[in-house]
Amino acid sequence: MKFSFSAEQAEFRSNLRRFLADHSPPKEVRRLMETDMGWERDAWRRANEALGLTALRIPEAHGGAGFGFSEIGIVLEEMGRALFCAPYFATAVLATGAILNAGTDAQKQALLPDIALGETIATLAAAEDNGRWDAAATTLVATPSDSGYRLDGHKSFVLDGHTADTIVVLARAPGSAGETGLSFFTVRGDASGLSRRLLKTMDPTRKLAHLKFDGVEAVLLGHAGAAAAPFARTMIEAAVCLANEMVGGAERLREDALAYSKLRMQFGRQIASFQSMKHKAADMLLDVELAKSAAYYAAAALDDGDADVAATASLAKACASDAYVQTAIHAIQIHGGIGFTWDNDTHLWFKRAKSSEVLFGDASYHREQMMRHWGAAA
Amino acid sequence: MSDVTESTVRAEVRAWLEANWNPDLGLIEWRNKLADSGWGAPHWPTAWHGRDLSAGLVPVVEEEFRRIGAVGVAKAGIRVLAAATILAHGTDMQKAKFLRRSLTGEDTWCQLFSEPGSGSDVAGAVTRADLRGNQWLVNGQKVWTTSAHKADWGLLLARTDWDKPKHAGLSYFILDMKQPGISVHPLKQMNGHASFNQVFITDAVVPPEMLVGEVGQGWAVTTTTLMHERRGADGLRTWAQGSDRPGRCYEEERAEIKTTMEPYKWYPQRAGRVDLIVPRAKETGHFDDPVIRQEIAKVLIMSKAAEWTARRARTAQEQGRPQGPEGSLGKLASSYIARAAARVHTQLTGADALLTGEDSPMGGVIAEILVSVPATSIAGGTDEIQHNIIAERVLGMPREASVDTGKPFRDVPRNTVG
Repeated sequence: MKFSFSAEQAEFRSNLRRFLADHSPPKEVRRLMETDMGWERDAWRRANEALGLTALRIPEAHGGAGFGFSEIGIVLEEMGRALFCAPYFATAVLATGAILNAGTDAQKQALLPDIALGETIATLAAAEDNGRWDAAATTLVATPSDSGYRLDGHKSFVLDGHTADTIVVLARAPGSAGETGLSFFTVRGDASGLSRRLLKTMDPTRKLAHLKFDGVEAVLLGHAGAAAAPFARTMIEAAVCLANEMVGGAERLREDALAYSKLRMQFGRQIASFQSMKHKAADMLLDVELAKSAAYYAAAALDDGDADVAATASLAKACASDAYVQTAIHAIQIHGGIGFTWDNDTHLWFKRAKSSEVLFGDASYHREQMMRHWGAAA
Repeated sequence: MSDVTESTVRAEVRAWLEANWNPDLGLIEWRNKLADSGWGAPHWPTAWHGRDLSAGLVPVVEEEFRRIGAVGVAKAGIRVLAAATILAHGTDMQKAKFLRRSLTGEDTWCQLFSEPGSGSDVAGAVTRADLRGNQWLVNGQKVWTTSAHKADWGLLLARTDWDKPKHAGLSYFILDMKQPGISVHPLKQMNGHASFNQVFITDAVVPPEMLVGEVGQGWAVTTTTLMHERRGADGLRTWAQGSDRPGRCYEEERAEIKTTMEPYKWYPQRAGRVDLIVPRAKETGHFDDPVIRQEIAKVLIMSKAAEWTARRARTAQEQGRPQGPEGSLGKLASSYIARAAARVHTQLTGADALLTGEDSPMGGVIAEILVSVPATSIAGGTDEIQHNIIAERVLGMPREASVDTGKPFRDVPRNTVG
């Protein structure tokens, strides 16, 4: 279903939208973004129980609901629209993806049911201080020990890394380089030797942590030295999921700016009656609709197992990155001076647009990725 | 008609085609059979060469035509718009005179709406039709008239009342193009082609029975024509491929397509030829240039996303759901894509972009892209008008305060040239 949603999917979306409108109004977003944690366990547990969100794409065999990326895309689009503050992306996209893509059946069975229930918050620690999103940039070292492995090094830009119960870590064998010698490991959030520091983020609704590993005991996830491919796959999924989250936020900004232009009176008329506003609004609609089409297509392409999904994923991420940021810039401009104030909500989405633009690689990075895969396919 | 289902229609049309289709018939003879049977225009009324079939079942009939390889009715040119307009607003006399011949393709039509003084503002037409005795006498100038030099008939928008406000003073006529008062001159475009004409009308005569709709209702009738024009573009593209099979009917259709499509031969270049970008990048050695790759990717992304957006709109339509905003965006998207593609073609071509014709890459195709793309954001509604339409009809933004409605048209400031 690359070009439409089923009646069931549409109903799922409208239930989500109603729930998030009630539970995540801008006032609540502002309250949570001021906290270090960024979310609350009880509220998150209730939301997850009501909507079964973390279970969505986990196979039924592992305690999940067995849905696909089209459904995850709907969830993220609605969460992006509401700026819902929860460790959903970290848990249900990144950690769940890494476990599903790399883990053995026994490991999936051990880890996923608690994630499906919403009891375990998990994340993926891959990027490091150098801010690169490719596996080859990994320097954190995993040394075999008597009881398993010991991890030494740093991870950074770890989504909800300061609050996660379980952290999937990408590390390399001593002396290895490039895409060889890479393995995934799981580490408990409260493991000894692990120090976690909340980073000061420009977007306060997206919490990132710096993690310092000092001889941290870790359990191998999947097969030693074989993490490059499942990591790449997880990042493709992350790009698609983020693109869907972004179009939700972009559409919200577009709608709010349009509504404001119809209310705001200057020179004795609604500013929405000026062609300068109308042409901007039409361009915003075009940008957002094109990005939505790409995001929906890419999610369905993951579900369909398309061979060129890597190119499609990067296409969707690049398209959404540019569309969201451009929409946010226009939205502030349409609001005028009030749009630059802290009290106006526009900046909350503007900052989410900027953080999403950069997270997992910006538009230029993904255009280049797309061309590499495009060239390979052509 | 509740017993008309997909399977009964399919069975019926298949049986009829198997009994009647013969590729060795003359094109007109075959199409007359289609008009008699109603299978050529099945969504038309039974009284007028159709079968009253719902729009949803038309693709079933078309599928059966394709399956057996049968030639269809004439599908291109302004005759399709003429037929749709006459069906909606015409008199029985007009229907009897023109509908069948529109299906057979015997009549050629042109559209006389745009004028030098009214482009985006088509309702500001100043070509006049005055009732003199028992005849309408027409004077004025029309422009952008495709196929006017070949046309038998013209769809004419003219002003019949200068004391009424702009839209209320217009009437719609069928103009006989083969009369002394009509003078047609090709209009050479910046890309060297001459796909359109200027039409000078001096004391041309229209008998009263060639008025379509009532006097003063010309704008409503024009809107019908324009609506069908916007809908029609897709069908034209599939039809234009024709068939390379042997047989008199096929041969005559191929000749018809060749003539009809002649004015449109540069249209692929007008759209920017996104399909040529990657092959050209490889051929020119720029495929690995990281700067140009970014620009290529931007065009490919826009083009793919626009294609998927159109598919979303079409899927909604096919499923009988209301189209979302995605249905109104295609034209604007294609302007942006064409411009971006032309920029990339320039980057890829380098100094060779200074040249044209046989001295330039691909025998002039690249040069033709560069000088044809400016048409995309103008033809069929400028980007500016397109923005206004999206803002007002899709986004519900208020119309601009208007200075020309509500007052007699003769008092409205207008162009003094043209």
